[in-house]
Amino acid sequence: MTDKAVTAPPPKRDTTSLLYDPKVRSIFFQVLTVVVIVVSVMWIAHNVSSNLARSNTASGFGFLNGRSGFDIGQSLIAYSSDSTYGRAIMVGFLNTLLIAVTGIITATIVGFIIGIGRLSKNWLVAKLCTVYVEIFRNIPPLLVIFFWYSGVLAILPQPRDAIQLPLSTFLSNRGLTSPYPIWGEGASMIPVAFVVAVIIAIAFGLWQKKRQMRTGKQLPTGWIAAAIIITLPLIVFFVVGAPLTFDYPVEGRFNLSGGGTIRPEFVALYLALSLYTAAFIAEIIRAGIKGVGKGQTEAAAALGLQPNKTTQLVVVPQAFRIIIPPLTSQYLNLTKNSSLGVAIGFPELFSTGSTTLNQTGQAVEMISIMLIIYLTISIVTSLFMNWFNAKMALVER
Amino acid sequence: MADNINLSYIRGEMIAAEPPPVSNRNVAGWLRTNLLATPKDVVLTILALALLAFTLPAIFNWLIVQASWFGSDRSVCATIAQGGIQPDGWKGACWAFVQDRFQQFIFGRYPIDERWRVMLVGAMFVVLLVPLMIPKLPHKAINAILLFVVFPVVAFFLLLGGYFGLVRVDTPLWGGMMVTLILSFVGIAVSFPVGILLALGRRSHMPIVKMFCVLFIEVIRGVPLIMVLFMANVMLPLFLPVGWTIDNFLRAVVGVALFASAYMAEVIRGGLQAIPKGQSEGADSLGLSYWQKMRLIVLPQAIKVVIPGIVNTFIGLFKDTSLVAIIGMYDLLNIIRLNFADTTWITPMTPLTGLVTAAIIYWIFCFGMSRYSAFMERHLDTGHKR
Repeated sequence: MTDKAVTAPPPKRDTTSLLYDPKVRSIFFQVLTVVVIVVSVMWIAHNVSSNLARSNTASGFGFLNGRSGFDIGQSLIAYSSDSTYGRAIMVGFLNTLLIAVTGIITATIVGFIIGIGRLSKNWLVAKLCTVYVEIFRNIPPLLVIFFWYSGVLAILPQPRDAIQLPLSTFLSNRGLTSPYPIWGEGASMIPVAFVVAVIIAIAFGLWQKKRQMRTGKQLPTGWIAAAIIITLPLIVFFVVGAPLTFDYPVEGRFNLSGGGTIRPEFVALYLALSLYTAAFIAEIIRAGIKGVGKGQTEAAAALGLQPNKTTQLVVVPQAFRIIIPPLTSQYLNLTKNSSLGVAIGFPELFSTGSTTLNQTGQAVEMISIMLIIYLTISIVTSLFMNWFNAKMALVER
Repeated sequence: MADNINLSYIRGEMIAAEPPPVSNRNVAGWLRTNLLATPKDVVLTILALALLAFTLPAIFNWLIVQASWFGSDRSVCATIAQGGIQPDGWKGACWAFVQDRFQQFIFGRYPIDERWRVMLVGAMFVVLLVPLMIPKLPHKAINAILLFVVFPVVAFFLLLGGYFGLVRVDTPLWGGMMVTLILSFVGIAVSFPVGILLALGRRSHMPIVKMFCVLFIEVIRGVPLIMVLFMANVMLPLFLPVGWTIDNFLRAVVGVALFASAYMAEVIRGGLQAIPKGQSEGADSLGLSYWQKMRLIVLPQAIKVVIPGIVNTFIGLFKDTSLVAIIGMYDLLNIIRLNFADTTWITPMTPLTGLVTAAIIYWIFCFGMSRYSAFMERHLDTGHKR
């Protein structure tokens, strides 16, 4: 047997074996990919330039300084139809952030409640939460938006018959009109006081931890920190002379005047995205809590921890690690779904961007701007959540 | 010795059976453990009951009791003040509207005389899909080829027409449920193989192929679907040589398929990562080629692991087809919305009724898919839990 192996002729290196050499094949396929990509990009670039030349479209980003000429219903910064296209896109971007932040906060709270509810030992509560999740997970978000916009908010009464709510707030088909706060002189001190209070609270937390390490004694850190954060700005508010007045809405003959109005487009989009995403977050929370092994709870009980201490110190920190990655993608989904506002005329990024595109015809430039903004939001959110995730994972031993 | 035996403890008679736990004994016991266990539970139960008492009768009234079922125009769904026959203050679903326009919800503006073609395609789809979905039936390979290769070609010629003596029906006339189903079917049929290729490419050892796949997947996943559809709508005509045109419907199909492929790729990559390296090495040591290894060893296991994820992607895709409304196509949701402005049926109750109808249709499809996936998961579960 061994003799044969020794006397056997050395394997021939011929062209067939070259064909089966993984290295050669890998290089060949990569070169092929590069060639295909380069050729198609060149072909597309050629077509784009000849198409643009034929329609006489100038390229470049100079159009952003032109007068936009269209109005935007809701804006966080000063904007009129005389503003530039660049500012219009900025307004859209801020509105996207507004809907994303408010939506994410609400969806997390509602999702958390529903998710815990599904795990409740109370049969009725668990079933109600299941029904909520199964309804919202299985219908398109766009339909939920239309449901609020044309199904519910549009059949509210006219402003002259507006439904009066407490605190001189009015609900009509023009939106929710409420007293509008007007800040007087010295009001800028309050945010400063708030920031100072947060810094003091953090410092207190660190000191408390050190003290606990040294003496083993605990203080109710959470309550004290909350008290600092609430009281300090309040004290400053009264010290500078309570510089706050309200502009109350007044019922006119045909319309409401004064006050601040939250437009129905915003309300519809906000409610729809929050409630829709909450159903998904509820499932993530439920899966996370169920994912913590039963042995952990039993071990905590064996150590003599109270049930709510068990939840707080044993179950939640471990569940968090399971919850964070899918939660991140839900937050991103909500942010991306905010672009559905275009369907009901809410002026978010996609809406103002596509209006600009239609008016200027600068397709390539506008689409690249929107792509870059959306990708930046995605990347920043994932980076932040990855950092948070890594911080949570460090607790593991 | 005999005394010693008597000393040992052996119970002579059976213990009487314990009564069943309180919760199993009767209705009162069940109520006490499941609804009224602690004071907190009592409060929660009362709150939940109050919520139900507040909403259920109103919903039931609106959907059924007060609803207007028959009629041919808006008068049956409008109050006297609005020019109809219902008493003032009436609120109810306008099912007469849905009944009158249901054909349109399904076929869009497809010519009435040609609708048999759509129904024929639908029948073919059901006949091919149902046996594929029942695990016990044989000839899965032929069935799948018929459904995913032969059927699309036949359906294309049948629906579009222009050949074999069929009248040509252009895509702007397509609409309703039909468009929703076509977009979903094409999206699913394209995204599955493309998603597998992208996932394999992302895990490939060839850096350029890998980079290309990562770039494609991450860019598509980082932007909203509307953005992708809009790009397909605006950019595709720019990408083609001067003078070429591309059908609006095809643009939407391309957008949906690209979007779904990127998401599918990530789901399948999750499955590939869950397969232990030993499987792949074992295949290598048997002398299988890369594609044999993937086709026979790795992918069957990987796909089985991620069936829930794949079905979730399909459900997401089905729901997302509603977004084509924004680029001006009339899918199920948009054709229903189109009717809100129709003077024959314009009443305050029409939009809500139409949207509830759409919600019920979407819900049935999506819920059905999720139940089927749960069934397949149990069916394919071979007990190899990792």
